[in-house]
Amino acid sequence: MKVENVVCPFCGCLCDDVIVYVEDGAIKGVEKACSIGRSLFLKHREDLSLPSIDGRETSIDEAINEAVNILRDKKHVLIYGLSSTSIEAQRKALELADLIGASIDQTTSICHGPTSLAIHQTGIPTCTLGEVKNRADVVVFWGSNPLEAHQRHYERYSLIPKGMFVTEGRRGRKLVVVDVRPTPSSRAADIFIQVRPGEDYEVLNALRYMLKGGKLDGEVGGVKVETLKSLLDIMLSAKYGVIFIGMGLTMTRGKYHNVEAALSLAIELNSHTRWSVVAMRGHYNVSGAGMVLLWQTGFPMAVNFSLGYPRYSPGEYSAVDLLRRKEVDAVLVIASDPVANFPREAVRNLLSLPIIAIDPKRSLTTMVAKVVIPTAKVGIETEGTAYRMDGVPIRVKKILNSIYPSDEEVLDRIIAKIKGEERNA
Amino acid sequence: MPNDSLIIKGGIVYDPLNGVKGSIKDIYVKDGKIVEDLSEEAAEVIDVTGMIVAPANVDIHSHIAGPKVNSARLMRPEDHLRDPLRRKNGLRSGCGFSVPTTFVTAYRYLLLGYGTVMDPAVPPLKARHALEELEDTPVLDKGIYILMGNNNILYYLLKKGDKKSAKLFAAWLLKSAGGYAIKVVNPGGTESFKWGKIFNSLSDDTIWGIKPKVVVDILNEVACEFKLPHPVHLHTYNIGIPGSYKAALDTINAFKDNRLHLAHLQYFCYGGDSWATFRSESVKVVEALSNYENITADMGQVIFVDTTTMTADTPWEFTLHKLAGGRWSNSDVELETGSGIVPYRYRMDNLVNSVQWAVGLEIALLLGPWRVFLTTDHPNGGPFYFYPEVIKWLTSADARKEMIEKIHPKAKKRIYLHNIDREFSLYEMITMLSAAPAKALGLKEKGHLGAGADADIAIYKPKGSVAETLSRVEYLIKDGRVVVRHGEIVDASYIGRIIRVDTGVDDSALSNEVRELFDKFYSVTFSNYKVEDVYFKREVVKRVV
Ligand SMILES: [Zn+2]
Repeated sequence: MKVENVVCPFCGCLCDDVIVYVEDGAIKGVEKACSIGRSLFLKHREDLSLPSIDGRETSIDEAINEAVNILRDKKHVLIYGLSSTSIEAQRKALELADLIGASIDQTTSICHGPTSLAIHQTGIPTCTLGEVKNRADVVVFWGSNPLEAHQRHYERYSLIPKGMFVTEGRRGRKLVVVDVRPTPSSRAADIFIQVRPGEDYEVLNALRYMLKGGKLDGEVGGVKVETLKSLLDIMLSAKYGVIFIGMGLTMTRGKYHNVEAALSLAIELNSHTRWSVVAMRGHYNVSGAGMVLLWQTGFPMAVNFSLGYPRYSPGEYSAVDLLRRKEVDAVLVIASDPVANFPREAVRNLLSLPIIAIDPKRSLTTMVAKVVIPTAKVGIETEGTAYRMDGVPIRVKKILNSIYPSDEEVLDRIIAKIKGEERNA
Repeated sequence: MPNDSLIIKGGIVYDPLNGVKGSIKDIYVKDGKIVEDLSEEAAEVIDVTGMIVAPANVDIHSHIAGPKVNSARLMRPEDHLRDPLRRKNGLRSGCGFSVPTTFVTAYRYLLLGYGTVMDPAVPPLKARHALEELEDTPVLDKGIYILMGNNNILYYLLKKGDKKSAKLFAAWLLKSAGGYAIKVVNPGGTESFKWGKIFNSLSDDTIWGIKPKVVVDILNEVACEFKLPHPVHLHTYNIGIPGSYKAALDTINAFKDNRLHLAHLQYFCYGGDSWATFRSESVKVVEALSNYENITADMGQVIFVDTTTMTADTPWEFTLHKLAGGRWSNSDVELETGSGIVPYRYRMDNLVNSVQWAVGLEIALLLGPWRVFLTTDHPNGGPFYFYPEVIKWLTSADARKEMIEKIHPKAKKRIYLHNIDREFSLYEMITMLSAAPAKALGLKEKGHLGAGADADIAIYKPKGSVAETLSRVEYLIKDGRVVVRHGEIVDASYIGRIIRVDTGVDDSALSNEVRELFDKFYSVTFSNYKVEDVYFKREVVKRVV
């Protein structure tokens, strides 16, 4: 069976034109997806997790009961992950956090969290990816390497496609890449600007200074002022420009200050011509996790409910910081692998705590978790909403059956048991 | 378990659509509807002797959910920090203030006696987002208006002169996005801002070489031919600036032969030719409207608070950003629309803000409760839960006089409000809050208490004044369920409905050309564009035609 227009649940591009061939209840072929997307579909039955308690295989029901016992007993639970599951599951995770007075954080706090902090300060002029395709005649990738991390981004949205007003496609666009080293993405660029590591902030502010008529000479951040001047000229001559910001900006020295400088530059450019900024979000629904957190709590990450209402304090209630300071006594991980990704000190403390891991796949985290609850993979075995990096919500599909319940269902059953309600299985 | 039958006994009933004006009367409820009669044995009897019984309120224009509201939440953490709400009695926690979280939005509306709230500005590409937030806005019935006034496919078809395809496309779009009404915001203006231009006109050529009036005309035809329950909901050009009343007059003149709703009319009633000469011209707009019963409006009243402005009128938000300084967010949505957000504080000691405050009240008092409905264009003029303040000003000339003493001393010469003695009665206030907006929306089951109506009933304890009485319900019945009892929310587990229209236009009615435009210029495939049924967990579909 050929399934068309499947949405790829891997990265923030959410490509929705993928073709999947299903035979005998298994995926046999994939077309149009990038190499990562292809292997996600083709290998989705490999490395599956199993329901277990203390490493001993058990039933889903018992695993859920054990999870409920832990969550009921502990005083300060951390709920973490969320970026690789559906909105439906994320909503339930928040309901649970509110119910038990937990702290809740999502993976953005270790990638694009600083982008949110910068938006608090400046706001953000942004646009959807179709707007880039239709209008953008200058695109700048700053600290981002789409050809490796978002492989079809150039092809579908930002560089190659022919749009309504950029009728020539690639030839109608100028591509600028700014990074600390050459990358596959920079090799495709019309202009590559190499910044000395850790000096993006200086370079962005030099552009702002010159935009306001300031004079500079010599170099800034390892870039000749002449080069920056010509970049500024290109920016000013654009009809519609877009800056894509990546982790090269958000997770290097300066962090949210870098993003604030980029957003300020874009805002100031709008007094001359149109510029937007789009964050290159990683996980396929990290954008959505931020959305649900915002509409239910008012804040995008790092929220604590212990006083009965949402409190926001990144650096205090963010997962890594809570773990570093040993402030939580159990951790519920949903569709994420903090043991693999967190800094060593945080991981060491994490390992000393009871972990409940809800995840379709085996990971370093499920291998050390006290309770493992396997679930149906969103976008393959269960449907749901995901938000693309530009905030466009898309329905991801179910193309195969799973013997396991969805993340949403597992969380709903946990909530019901904690509340003492009955749910029909 | 909620009782499926109720008798609301002994209350003083106000039901403007049925001409009931304070009679003592029992109201019978069965299976979520109001019925003629009911035997007492089978029903829960609620004794409301001495209390005011009225239809639940209906908000015709309030930005409570969706992409731009959430972007505003992201931009303003400090807004939430000062207004946290604890979880209690099974209710969810959350935050106010100008951009409240979804649950808090619902709870505060319920305590004000609301049963239905319409979000007036949703880009079809992001309709799922608005609908997901509305699912987390419990109990209330909700609908969304679909932004069409800057739609590139519509412009393309109109430029070609293909009116038939343009109309079918608009009707298809309304259905596909799950909308209740067609919304138009500064037609041509939002599109022009994508080209870095500020454009405000009905009769000049847009960047596409067509006139905005042509766009609105065709959408009016769609509303008329498909018998949409609510007409085109129009936010016209030149919002908020000195001389904006001319845009209102121009708009009224251009569309006087149609049913039409003018959104937050207050912002389009200013005279003067600069900020220094800014003044009220509400009387001229009221005069122009007085002959056209087919045109309704909502206030867009301004409150003196720190709030957040948000609109699809992107050139206006950019202008405001340049005027006010500080933070600005903007989001351009491919082929469809855009939105802008700017935090803003209305100050009593500011002359312009003082005039704005007076203008909203002037148009409401002069045109009356059947023509102009209470809104603050939440949160543009201020958060909706300041409505009791507005009710106070509408029902008491003394309260207005007191305010006029407090606002900017030069304002008195620029406004008309001190010349108006009218004070809305309780009956008129209930009309303005429920019967009249329900009628303008074409919601036949809302806004009245006759047999067959939805059992959405607000019950108030009389207090010292109309405003105090209406400031919090003693009971709220929603679809026959007791949601508020003794002034506290007792049941908010209920999801509420999405109310949408079905124009009957499905994919097969679209021309190949439209399908090609989709494939070429959207960033999602056609089959992933339309909102799936799963986003309407409980719904009422109004089939039209
Ligand atoms: Zn509005």
